[in-house]
Amino acid sequence: MLLKKLHFSKITIHLIFIALSLACILPLLLVVSISFTDEQSLMLDGYRFWPKEFSTAAYQYVFSGAGSILNAYAVTIFVTVVGTLLHLLITSMLSYSLTRPEVTHRRALTLFVYLPVLFNGGLVPQYILLTRILHLKDTIWVLIIVYLVSTINVLIMKNFFRTIPESLIESARIDGSGEIRTFFRIALPLSKPSLATIGLFVAIAYWNDWMTASLYIESPKLRPLQYLLQSLMNNIGYLQSNAQASQSMEAAIGMLPSEGARMATCVLAIGPIILLYPLLQKYFEKGLTIGAVKE
Amino acid sequence: MKTITTPSRKGKSYRALRSARRQTPFYFMMAPGLIFITILFYIPMAGVIIAFKDYNARDGIFGSPWMDPLFKNFEFFFKSDAARTVTFNTLFYNLLEAVTVTLCALAIAILLSEVKNKVTSATYKGSILLPTFLSWIVIQYILFSLLSVDRGIINSTITANGGEAIYWYSEPSYWRFILPIAYLWKNVGYFSVLYVAAIAGINPDYYEAAQLDGASKWQRIKHITLPLLKPTIIVLSLLWVGKLFNGGLGDWNGFYTLPNDAGALYPATDVIDTLVFRSLKKVNDYGMASAVGLYQAVVGFFLVLISNYIIKKKDPDNALF
Repeated sequence: MLLKKLHFSKITIHLIFIALSLACILPLLLVVSISFTDEQSLMLDGYRFWPKEFSTAAYQYVFSGAGSILNAYAVTIFVTVVGTLLHLLITSMLSYSLTRPEVTHRRALTLFVYLPVLFNGGLVPQYILLTRILHLKDTIWVLIIVYLVSTINVLIMKNFFRTIPESLIESARIDGSGEIRTFFRIALPLSKPSLATIGLFVAIAYWNDWMTASLYIESPKLRPLQYLLQSLMNNIGYLQSNAQASQSMEAAIGMLPSEGARMATCVLAIGPIILLYPLLQKYFEKGLTIGAVKE
Repeated sequence: MKTITTPSRKGKSYRALRSARRQTPFYFMMAPGLIFITILFYIPMAGVIIAFKDYNARDGIFGSPWMDPLFKNFEFFFKSDAARTVTFNTLFYNLLEAVTVTLCALAIAILLSEVKNKVTSATYKGSILLPTFLSWIVIQYILFSLLSVDRGIINSTITANGGEAIYWYSEPSYWRFILPIAYLWKNVGYFSVLYVAAIAGINPDYYEAAQLDGASKWQRIKHITLPLLKPTIIVLSLLWVGKLFNGGLGDWNGFYTLPNDAGALYPATDVIDTLVFRSLKKVNDYGMASAVGLYQAVVGFFLVLISNYIIKKKDPDNALF
């Protein structure tokens, strides 16, 4: 019986998927393994999938000497939380209003929202606008403002709000609720699933962004995680100079876990996503489909 | 009955006033969105004129003198080798990725729909989807752990078996393979899940009927699944064409981060976006950067129009406009 169930083609399919899954997960585990390897062992043996000599020195180093990493964490969390909430608020208010029949110019306004998909000024004019005219260079707000609205998300939300039955909104109005109150009390709570999926993707975009910081941020205090990681990669000596400045113990004995520390920072940058991943996977899937299948 | 002196309820001005009053709260709610769209997308559109200007920070966009001749920034770009390199690379990688990602995602989705156990299927999906959510910086670290000349796992394996270490970061030709593989690795899960959703939407009656008629599994895939997926495949592929002049799958970040921005690798890694980014960040050449940016925007605009036109012909429901 059991043998019959384990049909040949079925075994092949499972083997293929086990191989594919490993191909997706193992490279990530490699980075984790390096971050837990003793620095000297890294020099001698190179990178391994399993640490030859286990060590948590890299993490101790990251959490003690290099305050810039914890600082980068704070910046990233602030930008992600504030940016995502503002993005959701702006997007939902705009897209809800664009579906309301009371708004007489909603077709023209929708076109206004949509046109930038077709043509955009590009990076340079935006750069000059944000730095020379709005003077946002080297402020935390520049990291937030660049992803504050997304035309695509407005259109996705609009499609969602269209499914809310008109009678619900009508009855709220009869009960004496103002339009803005109706939106916050009725329309918004009903749209929790789509807010969650869009919010998730916006949050990941904020969390993963390094380019904005690389263009607009100069002060080390405002560096988000990904940008810090990028500069670590580009400038391997960064940690050494940083450690000399703080005169940490590692510098004193001439032993810097720089390789491991870089990888540990990388692991810490992925951390929250990986930890939440099993919980969020359901939303990810839903979100992908919502985002791609346009009505 | 008393006569009311307020404007007649049927009067034109009364209705206009009433309608305006009803609309006000909605305009309040739209205001932040519309303001940010204007600031972030519309004002920069006017800024494209810098491509024709000899920009200097003191005089600003409108005060700076015009280029003489007007197209000098473009002339400079098109006469350089960079123009040919980045145009070729942009098209090359996009077409390659469109084909490989679509084919692999389809294959994975069809196989995945054969896995009936929910927990197993979710586990597979979860693993394949994971790279989609990693940043290009993290992927840069992963790639470095694999390819690093002295410690990378690939070179250690080669040298342990008596081979010679390969200098991945100094030879452009390797990157013609590395970049597409990295993009496939990051994006294939995303598209697989989309196709899985599309397959799940197919009416199971078709399969039952075919099974009764004695169709094999392969025949069912060939005669039911693929034809019914055709619209989805067309739309997703054409959406790419619209993004063709942006970097890989409309996301060029990896082309900058993965090769560590190594100059020796530009022949194989430079695309239009990385060139714009670099000329802005490193060289501070506003004129050149915006000329290249405008070239990209204009070509991109026509590609969106053309691909939308094709979608409209094939499948009007999925046209963008």
